[in-house]
Amino acid sequence: MRKFTLLDGLVMPLDRANVDTDAIIPKQFLKSIKRSGFGPNAFDEWRYLDHGEPGMDNSTRPLNKDFVLNQPRYQGAQVLLARENFGCGSSREHAPWALEDYGFRVIIAPSYADIFFNNCFKNGLLPIRLDAEKVDALFKAVEANVGFKLKVDLEQQTITAPDGTSYKFEVDAFRKHCLLNGLDDIGLTLQHVDEIKAFEAKHRAAQPWLFA
Amino acid sequence: MSAKTLYDKLWDSHVVRQDADGTALIYIDRQLVHEVTSPQAFEGLKLAQRKPWRVASMLAVPDHNVPTANRAAGITDPIARLQVETLDANCAEFGLTEFKMNDIRQGIVHVIGPEQGATLPGMTVVCGDSHTSTHGAFAALAHGIGTSEVEHVMATQCLVAKKSKAMQVKVEGVLGKGVTAKDIALAVIGKIGTAGGTGFAIEFAGSAIRALSMEGRMTLCNMAIEAGARAGMVAADETTIAYCQGRPFSPQGENWEKAEAYWRTLHSDEGAKFDALVEVDAAQIKPQVTWGTSPEMVVAVDGRVPDPASAPDAVKRADWERALAYMGLQANTPINEIQIDKVFIGSCTNGRIEDMRAAAAVAKGKKVAANVKLAMVVPGSGLVKAQAEQEGLDKILIAAGFEWRDPGCSMCLAMNDDRLSPGERCAATSNRNFEGRQGQGGRTHLVSPEMAAAAAIAGHFVDVSN
Repeated sequence: MRKFTLLDGLVMPLDRANVDTDAIIPKQFLKSIKRSGFGPNAFDEWRYLDHGEPGMDNSTRPLNKDFVLNQPRYQGAQVLLARENFGCGSSREHAPWALEDYGFRVIIAPSYADIFFNNCFKNGLLPIRLDAEKVDALFKAVEANVGFKLKVDLEQQTITAPDGTSYKFEVDAFRKHCLLNGLDDIGLTLQHVDEIKAFEAKHRAAQPWLFA
Repeated sequence: MSAKTLYDKLWDSHVVRQDADGTALIYIDRQLVHEVTSPQAFEGLKLAQRKPWRVASMLAVPDHNVPTANRAAGITDPIARLQVETLDANCAEFGLTEFKMNDIRQGIVHVIGPEQGATLPGMTVVCGDSHTSTHGAFAALAHGIGTSEVEHVMATQCLVAKKSKAMQVKVEGVLGKGVTAKDIALAVIGKIGTAGGTGFAIEFAGSAIRALSMEGRMTLCNMAIEAGARAGMVAADETTIAYCQGRPFSPQGENWEKAEAYWRTLHSDEGAKFDALVEVDAAQIKPQVTWGTSPEMVVAVDGRVPDPASAPDAVKRADWERALAYMGLQANTPINEIQIDKVFIGSCTNGRIEDMRAAAAVAKGKKVAANVKLAMVVPGSGLVKAQAEQEGLDKILIAAGFEWRDPGCSMCLAMNDDRLSPGERCAATSNRNFEGRQGQGGRTHLVSPEMAAAAAIAGHFVDVSN
């Protein structure tokens, strides 16, 4: 997994609540058996005016100029600012794959759906929870300032605005450790092989029908 | 020892190790696998030269991409076909049991798990699909996971997890005529919102829940994820045990005796503490219809489309306005005046035998309205289909003008050819009314099978409790 330590990135605001993973990456792109290449189809139905299908040349498709992702001032954004319950719905990990492939490294929102939140950490994407009022203030700041960037420091767990305003955020110690070091979960879990085997033996004795 | 919730019992009996900050490794008893969220996981195993930890714990089936008509011709879309063939190849290579597309046992992963007895009380069940919460109906701890976690469970038989908070949703009383588990689910989501259950595992309890069949409990737990909860569950009782008996993967003989005794302990103890409690009066629930683009945008069938001017805050108001524009609806329109173009009865929410029976009971001797272009019934599995045909339900539905299809996820998410065209309005028994969910520009209203069948006959929503 790609490491995440520090970022000074352009912010793109997505001002709607309950953005679901069907919107982040529509179902037709889930037919792929790969885990890369989803970026050009992130937010496909909002981003393009035509209907997208896998295999199309996305560079020639008509863009929805009103959608925030297509506005010139947000090109190259790495921080996605969002509202409540971001990433709800389907468990598809293709959603964080698409966001990461597009170029986002950080998401800031008041709340996330659990499965999406989990999936981000497996893909070098940092989802930050911040109080709704603070997120609201950031929406206003982004709106008012073209080129608005935020500094995100995972080690210090801080977000810093250009005017020096700083916000502290919480992150799980284990997830932070994995992100900072780009660690693969499976490798870490397999360090506990003996404990897993011991548990399994005990479990088998107690509920043999699960192993029949 | 202090009183435990059902969730405590399921969690405690699967913790392999736990760190001081609460991060735990929990042991997984069953992993269900389908074609969409597994290819990258299998590839990950191959790249790292890892083998599945316990191949017998896995059961695979293609469901999302399979055609529901003319199946003998195979899958025409080459990308979809490759995904299903990739599942077949991976299952063969790693030795997984798979019910292939033309096996009668094939069906939606959340229908076939319980049907086969592959989902049992007391288990931890995962699948790369958010509707895995369905299996909690069996007093199991079941939740959806991402593809990285699918690979993790394959390789280690464990999941890295932190314990959620516990919520009890208590539904007391007797449901009215024509009111179903689907209506309970939608009413609860309407009450607590689609993020109301975020961070919680929900236990559904109360006399109305105990009175539900296993099919009803599955419908309810299936929708727990739409309330934001990764897991929903119901205590084990006689209904649970009777359902599990005699299924292909269920224990037999001495093991059955042992299992049954253990399963009877799978309920919350008297006095167990929950972090949140939601109470619902069953008698007050009416048949529900969603009007917007999130399952929380729901009203009773005798209600009206809400007016954004009455929204509680600015963010909600903007959401409601956007939803009404997308849905092509005017504020204050009576729900029973909304005309529909298509009807979809099926999915992991409502694709089981009781759902087929409910639809047929409403459709019997009637005809689908002229303004309804397509009314399709998609059984949740080959075995549901066979059972329905044995009962003659297919004939009733076909005579009424419904199409009787082959099993799969179908128009719930429209990954195959079953989809809405832009602007088409559908009464659907599935679980999500998101923008584009059933096809780009498609407009979805979530309802129960009874309500969907009645809407097909009338051409618009009607109150089945009348």
